[in-house]
Amino acid sequence: MRSVEVQGVTFRYRTGQGVEDVTFRVSPGELLGVVGPNSAGKSTLLRLLSKVVTPERGRILIEGREIAALSRLALARRVAVVPQEFHVAFPFRVVEVVMMGRYPHGAGGGWGSARDHAVARAVMEATGILDLATRRMDELSGGERQLVSIARALAQEPAILLLDEPTAHLDLRHARRVLEILLDRHGSRMGTRILVSHDLNLAAEHCDRLLLLARGRIAALGRPEEVMTTAHLEAAYGCPVEVERHPVSGRPRVQGSLTRHGAPPNTVSQHSPDAREAGSPNGQLGN
Amino acid sequence: MKGRSPSFGGHLRRPVALLWMAAALLVGVLLSVMVGSVDIDPREVARALLGIRAVPDDPAVTIVRQIRLPRAILAGMVGACLALAGLGFQAISRNPLADPAVLGVSSGASFGVLIAMLLGLTGPFANPVVVTLFAFAGALLAAVSVYAIAQVDGRLPATTLLLSGVIIGLFFTSCVMLFTTLLASAELQGVVLWLMGSLGPTGGRTLAVLGLVLAIGFGVLSRQAARLNLLALGEEQALQLGVEAERVKRVVFVAASLITGAAISVAGSIGFVGLIVPHAARLLLGPDHRGLVPAAGLLGGAFLILADLVARTVAAPTELPVGVITSFCGAPLFIYLLRSRRGGEAS
Repeated sequence: MRSVEVQGVTFRYRTGQGVEDVTFRVSPGELLGVVGPNSAGKSTLLRLLSKVVTPERGRILIEGREIAALSRLALARRVAVVPQEFHVAFPFRVVEVVMMGRYPHGAGGGWGSARDHAVARAVMEATGILDLATRRMDELSGGERQLVSIARALAQEPAILLLDEPTAHLDLRHARRVLEILLDRHGSRMGTRILVSHDLNLAAEHCDRLLLLARGRIAALGRPEEVMTTAHLEAAYGCPVEVERHPVSGRPRVQGSLTRHGAPPNTVSQHSPDAREAGSPNGQLGN
Repeated sequence: MKGRSPSFGGHLRRPVALLWMAAALLVGVLLSVMVGSVDIDPREVARALLGIRAVPDDPAVTIVRQIRLPRAILAGMVGACLALAGLGFQAISRNPLADPAVLGVSSGASFGVLIAMLLGLTGPFANPVVVTLFAFAGALLAAVSVYAIAQVDGRLPATTLLLSGVIIGLFFTSCVMLFTTLLASAELQGVVLWLMGSLGPTGGRTLAVLGLVLAIGFGVLSRQAARLNLLALGEEQALQLGVEAERVKRVVFVAASLITGAAISVAGSIGFVGLIVPHAARLLLGPDHRGLVPAAGLLGGAFLILADLVARTVAAPTELPVGVITSFCGAPLFIYLLRSRRGGEAS
């Protein structure tokens, strides 16, 4: 049985952005990277998979069951999301936020069984935030907040973890820690993971397969070396791209610097925010 | 400890804190019954309350039973209503500055009451349920308008929320002033007193209706308390954790409007209770709504009873409107909260 199955899904916002006729499958335990330019539909895909929005056409199956037929609580026991930004409105403590991840497992409104506390403790340990447990969320740094966000998602004990740019705003140390957790370096038995990232090199280096989205459609899907080709990327991003091999891992890599090879000025200005974001933390991490 | 303690690290443990708050409420009631133009000592109060009459037709018994105790009960219930309403509005807008008065919801409720007055539905023999329903409708109208105006791309930024609350509040206040001038002068003094916020004598039926509405509001908020916690993560994440966020928000929204309306219809506009009390409760207990709901009820009651006691006694024999006291406490706190806001709210 497939972990995630997306069949011919179409969804458009009123602005026209969205995804169009998207079909793919993810196997249990797989790490799938979703890449593509801005507004290609990457985040929309995660919102569809977590039933924040519902497809206009097509269907989505999680562990063989259609999510339209699953209750939100049942879905939250299977799928957890690490959002791009994690803000908590009131000064909750870290442990309280992590315990919120246990909500789908509690009966009705209450949660807080011995097992809930044990799970919360385990995920805080796995994410290295046990010493932050009684700290208030508004006292944490951005990197620490992101670790809490991941712990909160892991506390749901999901079969499928969806991550939206989990390292985008983090410094090198925190980005590395997030990546280690994500790659299961601590033996926390990660299940299926779908990672949305602007960072092509990070995705290519660590993901089992890549899904390249462009203007809401799948431009390429397959192993990193199949997807990360000059032809695919130039078509998707609309600018010149150079792909090389990582000297150690042999994985494909995009040339970070745009200036050296003289890309046309207009494309540079159009895509430079992406390039900057993609360039900073991962370049070192990939090595 | 059983691993529970970390949740409340730095805060009082919930049952202990709630017991203290209940004790504060009781002390407030006792003080408010004892102190006034005639001071009554505790033993006499106890006798009057327990019905052990030493002397037949003892004036102390009349004062305690007919005047001061009903007033303390009224103040307690109005305070609890306003505090719970503030807590509810704050939870669903993810903003600690939301308060029925700040959001203009109180003005909307006043407007509803005034309509009822113009239609001749108020007065000593009127049905308190009808007036409450008019106030509820006015509150709901104002609240819906504020949220509709403040919404930007499905979010509620703090600044637009506060601004639209001020605008809607001003608008309904103007409507109230307009209709006040249309009222017969005989009714005018009562209206003006009520508008300023007062906890004057009330009938038993009014108290019963208020009590019923308070019980409904408290019940709804208690049932939703756990989900309100998850709402603090934002609507999308609440959905992804299995909470029907839109439904929770609607239910709490209606309940908060209802208890605001009920409080306003009997006591007029009393500001800032919904701001002060949840803030104090959060300081004592932390932001978990499962503790905050009962805490806001108890503290809200105690706070308004004490504020009323101050209003009655500080300039005796003149009685100040209790709204003056609450505003004098609330306005500085509002300014402090506004200035010290850190990121994290829906901005």
